[in-house]
Amino acid sequence: MRIHLEGRARVVGDDINTDYIIASTRKRDTLDESLLKRYLLETVDPSFAASVRPGDLLVAGANFGCGSAMEIAATVILAAGIRAVIARSFSRTFFRNAINNGLLPVEAETGGIDEGDQLVVTLDEGALTVANLTRGSQLEAKPLSPMMARILDAGGLVEFTRRGGWGP
Amino acid sequence: MSGQTISEKILSAKSGGAVRPGDIAVCDVDLVIGTDASSPMAIDYFEKMGGERLFDPSRVVFSLDHYSPPSTPKTAAFHDRVRAFAARTGAEVLEVGVGISHQVVAERGRVLPGDLVIGADSHTVTCGALNLFATGVGSSDLAAAMISGRIWLRTPETIKITLSGTRPAGLAAKDAALAIIGELGAEGANYQTLEFHGPAVDAFSLEERFVFSNLAVEAGAKAAIFGVDAATIAYLEGRTATPFVAIDADADAVYAREIGVDISRLSPRIAVPHSPNDVVEIDAVAGTPVHMVFLGTCTGGRVSDFHEALDILERCGGRLAPGVQLVVTPASREVYLRLTADGTLGKLAAMGAIVTTPGCGACCGTSGAIPGDGMTVISTANRNFKARMGNATASIYLASPAACAAAAITGRITDPRTIG
Repeated sequence: MRIHLEGRARVVGDDINTDYIIASTRKRDTLDESLLKRYLLETVDPSFAASVRPGDLLVAGANFGCGSAMEIAATVILAAGIRAVIARSFSRTFFRNAINNGLLPVEAETGGIDEGDQLVVTLDEGALTVANLTRGSQLEAKPLSPMMARILDAGGLVEFTRRGGWGP
Repeated sequence: MSGQTISEKILSAKSGGAVRPGDIAVCDVDLVIGTDASSPMAIDYFEKMGGERLFDPSRVVFSLDHYSPPSTPKTAAFHDRVRAFAARTGAEVLEVGVGISHQVVAERGRVLPGDLVIGADSHTVTCGALNLFATGVGSSDLAAAMISGRIWLRTPETIKITLSGTRPAGLAAKDAALAIIGELGAEGANYQTLEFHGPAVDAFSLEERFVFSNLAVEAGAKAAIFGVDAATIAYLEGRTATPFVAIDADADAVYAREIGVDISRLSPRIAVPHSPNDVVEIDAVAGTPVHMVFLGTCTGGRVSDFHEALDILERCGGRLAPGVQLVVTPASREVYLRLTADGTLGKLAAMGAIVTTPGCGACCGTSGAIPGDGMTVISTANRNFKARMGNATASIYLASPAACAAAAITGRITDPRTIG
């Protein structure tokens, strides 16, 4: 499977929990991501959502997506047009939720990436890399586990399950 | 070949083969738990996956706990959607007011030693205090398990926590649990299981062990498991007629890390805004003015928590500090009824407490009691992220029921050992 994404880095910090990605109080009113995306990361930066352009790539520090297991945190990011999150590390529930919905979680050392850097994320036969075109640097990312790669390759857990999942 | 930890044994039994850390285990699930916050999405996924029926309706439970009771037409509609789905598929609904999902399944003997339980709520890990592997998942994994009865899990490494020493007077379970997650940090146990051992486990009741398992997820833990002893058996007695087998770790099990905690050296702790891992000794912030005190949640909403709080309140004359709002939310109806029967709730109400419907309550801003702008809250909950309770300008401190009660009396963060 091959994925090629090019976009602008949008940098946030460490320990961005799912409540910060989308507040629990917002999902009282709707579960429609096309509406909720206007509140993406509002607790971290109220102006963030309005400045997101489709194709942007979210870049974070350690432990991205910690806290609540709420899956809408992954689907709201996708709804905003962001197809990959590059972070130094992820919480396990966010990582699963991302893969299950076709949002690419990329585990890599993100310390050298600045806001606005132009990045290229490539997944090619299991090898994940991040190229920073602005800095002229290349980052090795941790490969996806075979199970994660299978689910992502199917297009997410819905398609994976429709095709029979892990069999009878 | 070396021995296995508790979670390796459970995942081996549920996947039908001996698994080691790092192995992928496709496991049979004993119980699948959804909430009103996660199930509407899970039902969407279920339908998109082509799901028609549940793998076993007796093993799927939906809890209406986050919007309890619903405060908007939309949240009421979430409930109706879950009810309609459950009626069609035969799953059980834990109605509004029954309580927090992982609390209620424990009370009702629906989760037993050796089980593998998944819940679309990160605090499902709480159930691990009963010697089982319980972990949080998102709505799509929940839906896939509703259809197949299975989940894939990467077999986690295990961190062994050994509790030793004599429990000092005035040391709450919350203090010790906060000390542990403060030490581990926000991702110190990510992808790993915490397994609790040691001579001082005895010093904590089963209700108190839930506090340790509950807070483990704030260090990223996938599961947080205790062994079985007399306290476990006493808790389960009368709650289940199903026989169970206790799971213990092998003497030669291999741990990723071993951490010793001498509880005799611990003192009251508090997590300061805005991270549950930013834990300090309570003296470091003593004197901070407080406007709202919240007693409740799956961390601090059980019977012994309210007794711990009431004891301090009564010893101090039961007069709340002027301007302090005391919000009381039992974790479940069972807790509510027991506190009603023993007079605890009546006493708290007489002091001026606001008693709200059992459930998640004010913890994540979904069920009322939202703090006002700039308010400082001290709470028995597990998360103090900015905006967690529904107001980004509020500051939330997390502490024991005793410390929360002390603050309700003085109007300031107070070491509960210093008053009464």
